[in-house]
Order: sequence, then structure tokens, then C-alpha cells
Amino acid sequence: MESDVYACFPQWANYSCAFRFIFEKGFEVNYLTPPPITKRTLEIGSKISPDYVCAPFKYCMGCYIEALEAGANCLMQIFGACRLNYYGELAEQILRDMGYKFNFFNMANIDFKSPKSILENFKVINPNASLVKIGMALPVTIKIVKTLDKFEDFIRHNVGFEINDGEFDKVYKEFLEKLNKINNKKELKRLNKEYWKKLHQIPINKPDKTIKVGLVGDYYTVQEPFSNYFMEKELAKFGMEIYREMNLTNTIIHSKFKKSLKTGKKYAKHNLGATGNYTVAEAIKFAKAGASGIIQVKSFGCMPEIDTMPILQNVSKDYNIPVLHFSFDSQTSETGVKTRLEAFYDMIEARKHK
Amino acid sequence: MKGYLGIDIGSISTKGVVIDKDNNILASEYLWTEGDPMGAVKKLLKVLEKQLDGKDIEIVAVGTTGSARKLIGVMTGAVTVKNEITAHAIGTTTLHPDVKTIFEIGGQDSKIIIIENGFVVDYAMNTLCAAGTGSFLSSQAHRLGVSVEQFGEIALTSKNPTNIAARCTVFAESDLVHKAQIGHKKEDIIAGLCKAVVTNYLNNIGKGKKISAPIVFQGGVSKNVGVKKAFEDAVGQEVIVDKNGHLMGAFGVAVLAKQSGKENKFSFDTAEINFKTTGFECPKCANHCEIICVFKGDKLIDSWGNKCDNGAVKIPK
Repeated sequence: MESDVYACFPQWANYSCAFRFIFEKGFEVNYLTPPPITKRTLEIGSKISPDYVCAPFKYCMGCYIEALEAGANCLMQIFGACRLNYYGELAEQILRDMGYKFNFFNMANIDFKSPKSILENFKVINPNASLVKIGMALPVTIKIVKTLDKFEDFIRHNVGFEINDGEFDKVYKEFLEKLNKINNKKELKRLNKEYWKKLHQIPINKPDKTIKVGLVGDYYTVQEPFSNYFMEKELAKFGMEIYREMNLTNTIIHSKFKKSLKTGKKYAKHNLGATGNYTVAEAIKFAKAGASGIIQVKSFGCMPEIDTMPILQNVSKDYNIPVLHFSFDSQTSETGVKTRLEAFYDMIEARKHK
Repeated sequence: MKGYLGIDIGSISTKGVVIDKDNNILASEYLWTEGDPMGAVKKLLKVLEKQLDGKDIEIVAVGTTGSARKLIGVMTGAVTVKNEITAHAIGTTTLHPDVKTIFEIGGQDSKIIIIENGFVVDYAMNTLCAAGTGSFLSSQAHRLGVSVEQFGEIALTSKNPTNIAARCTVFAESDLVHKAQIGHKKEDIIAGLCKAVVTNYLNNIGKGKKISAPIVFQGGVSKNVGVKKAFEDAVGQEVIVDKNGHLMGAFGVAVLAKQSGKENKFSFDTAEINFKTTGFECPKCANHCEIICVFKGDKLIDSWGNKCDNGAVKIPK
């Protein structure tokens, strides 16, 4: 590729595979896969962020710096129905004040009703961006996202029962590496088929009746494993089946927002903002489906999620299902988290025999 | 006779209990951890051994709980290493089978446990903040120049507790200083602090929880009669404080060790063996995991702290 643009979106679950595709095939610029989040990422992010901002912002800031260090020159941020909408503007200003040179694609600036506004903003990434090319790459990008979400759902349901430790991880990692190299729909289809089969071939020892636990929470914290202390992994170690609805497929691609309002009508008449209504609806859905417990993970100070806490307590009472709340900021001690999860598991086990 | 040892190593205090097969407490001790869990446990073991002197007790299983449970579990060859929430619940339900609510306030954390028919059905634990815990009370006692042991008695003499902001330790502290400077009586301030701890507890940990009697209050702070009274005033119910309430975690994990059916004979000579830990930062990636290695004499017996396999330390068998 001839472009000298290196675009990068902050680390967020495994979606960089999808971002890579749309940027390379649609916008025709290079895509820099963000370095994996480490303690250093969070340290840098916390240092240059306002102290009271929610943790996802701190993660994004850390990722931006590490991406810039790795040679990225075009950063971006999405829009949202909470403070997230201001993330882009604030992040850009902080980085500019620090003296970094880069282009910033801020989706909050786009008026999606105006094709002109869309094109103008796209030109931040590539002045010669072709809407046709982007339009052609988009369906494959969406398919990549759906594939990721489908695969990860399957893994969540089964990884706790694998016979050989780490096998799901190994196969999925291999899949992600290959997914990051595909060029077209055909290759995606082939890869999808091959690895869907491979995942199903992993030997598991899953009893008919399993302990199911549902994860709900704010958009970033529940999706990015580093920001929730790899909670899904910890839960799987107890041999639990994990459910999570919050992902790109269920929000942006096939938004379940209206359905969420309906599901949670009895508990919340109004729009709670951001992921609030999703959280309520998902909790109800899990409770109805016979989950043994619900865990809410949220970043410290996330207003919409705080508003759902008393609502979740009502769901807990009505459906007789325990709810555990976790607030994360930039602390790194795992002991407290593990203690609570262990006790949660003990409690669910004990309730079973009641 | 067979005995079972339970050790609860908290951030502030270390508790040890030896029970027999009928859950009778044969020996017990409560001492300060002082930032050295291994040293505290050695001291604890010496005291317990002395208490058992002359009785024919053989410790056949050890259980550990509390924030240093893993480390001390390795050191003592524990058969059960359990989180403190479960340990406390088991301990309390063993002694008070009809309990429905457990209030527990320790040095650094506080929790509420809801029990139905002897099983834990709900619990909550403070997450980000240490407001309203024992260490807050002891630092405020120090500021007021009274010992934390007298705190409760003094609080009971107050007829008109001062209102003190309960939301946050920092606010509470500046509120307290301010109230003292404008002339509130010391006992009123102390009673106000006890009230603030309770308000904070019920607003945070207890929020939305079904609190019903019988209520058992335990943890180090339960020894403070001022806080006990403030709880009774706030919930309008009698609050039971067991005379062994401060030992409940250790007692519970001893019961769990007994119930596990596993045995691993334990000798009090462990107190004489030289254990040490070393920590290092794993240089293999930017996560810089802090890896802890535990040595018995010169022999590496366990290690933890690595997030990935790159940081795994091989334990010689």
C-alpha cells in the first residue's frame, strides 16, 4: 500500500481485526493494530487523564500514546450516549497539548444524516477516500464483527468445561491471527467455516445442567477483558457457563435498544443513557433464562450504570437471583476481585442445594 | 484427640482457632498482623501451642482465610484455603444456626451476608473505599487521644451524638476536626463517629439488602459497644455480638477444614522453620507482573502473581 497514513483505534476486545479491514480495504490506509493493553498502558493513561474521568477514557489515552509511539498518525474515537461523546474532543486536545502531531477522526463530529458531513470527516483519514470502496468493504467488516461475536459467545459457553487447559484460547488466537490477514469475503467465509468446526472439535466435558452466570455492564468495561481483570476467564475456572449480550453485534449492527426498553419497561420507563437500559434488559433476560447469578461490571463513576444498580436490586428480588456489582478504576490488586468471585461461586453452589 | 486449626490473616489482625471434632474451641488467639503475615502467624502458632500444652491434641488439618490466605496456606500446608466471606458465613451459621443477617466490619473491609435456611443467598463487600472500617475508627481514636478499646464505652456516655458526614472518610475527618474546634464534647463526637460508621455501612454495603433478625455483628469493630448500639438504633432490632465474634473467620475455616475430610498433619514446629518470600518484577512483557516466590528454608515451594505463562516459575518437585 502506498498510503503514509497509519490509522489506529484504541484496543477494544478483538475488534481491531474488523477495524483493520475497513481501514485497509475501505479507506485504503495502513492500519496499526494497537499494542495489547498492559499495566503500562493504564499507568500512562491515568497520568494524562483527568482523575475523575471513567476508566475507559484512561485506557484509550494509554492506547493512543502507545499507538503514537508505534508510529500511528491517525487516531480516532467513536460517539456515544454519555460522556463517551466528549471523549474524542478531550483526548485530541490533551494529546495536542502534549505536542503530538496526528490526524484525529472523531465520529462524534459526523452528522450522519448528511452525506457531505460524512465524506468530509472521512477525508480526515484519507483525503482521497472513496465512498464506493468504503461501501464495498463495509459488509465484510460487519461480517467480521459478527463472526467475532459469534465465536466468542460459543467460547464463553464452553471454555469452562474444556478438558485440556487453554485449548480454546490457543485455537482462537490462531484464528485471530489468520483473520487479521484476510483480503475478501471469500477468505473470511472459508476461515469462519474452518475454525467454527475446530472450536466444536475441542474436547469438553460439559454436564447437562451447568451453572450459568450473566455478565452485564458498561460498554467498554464489560467487553475489554483487561479492564475487568479477565473476569470471564476467572469465572470459567470455576466451571461456569458465561453469558454476555453486550457486544458490537447487539448494539450497533442489530441494535437491541428498543427491545431493551420494552423488556425493562416494568423497571425503567425512561432512557437511562448509554448502556443503562441494555443492562436492565439483559439482567432480566438472564434471570428468565435460568441463570444462577448476574455480575455487573462498570467503571467507577459511570452514571448510567450507577442508575441501574437499584433497578438490578429489584430484578434480584423479583427473580430471586443474586447480583454482584464491581466498580473498576485503575487499581490493580486482584486479591479483592478474586475473593468476591470465589464467594459468589460458593454462594451459587450453596443455593443450588437449598 | 484430633484438632483442627483455622487461621484468618487479615490486613490488620491475625486470628487463630483450634477446634475439636464437635466444634468446641480449644485454643484461640487474636493479635496484630503489623504488615508481616508470616511473622504474625509464627507468633500466633507459639501462643496456640502454649494454650494446648498438656492437652493431647494432634492437629490433623489446617484451614486459612483472610487476605493472606494463600501465602499462609502454603506455609502451613493447609487443606482448605477459603475466601473470608464463605469462612465467616460458615463460622456464624455453625454457632447461630438461625442467623439471617451478618454484619461484619473488619480492619480494611466491611461486608454484609444474607442467610436463608443456613445458606448464603446474598452478600456485598465494600469495593473501592475503606470508609467506615476499623482502620478509620482507630486512626480517628488516635486523633482524639483515646484508645480504640475505650471508644465504645465513651460513646455510650453521650446523650447527644454529633452529626458527622458519613459519606467519605476524608469528609468525615474534616467534619470531625471542625466539630471539635467549635466546641462539641468529645463523647458526643465519638458517638457521632460510631453513628457515621453505621450510616455509611447501611448506605453502601447494606443498600437494597433485606436486613432481618436475628442479626449477628462481628469482625474487630463488633467489640466496639458504641457501634453496636448505633446499629441497634438504626435498624430497630437487637444485634447479637458473639463473644468470639472477632474469631469467626478463623473458626469458620477450621470448620471447613474439618468438613473437607482431608487430613495433612500439622506440627507447631512450623513456627521454627525459616520461611521467606521474595518478589521480583517479571521483565518479559510490559505487564511487569509482580511475582512472589515462597521459600521454605532454601527450597522454593510456591510462586504466584504471573498473568501469563511467560512469567511462570518452575517449582522443583
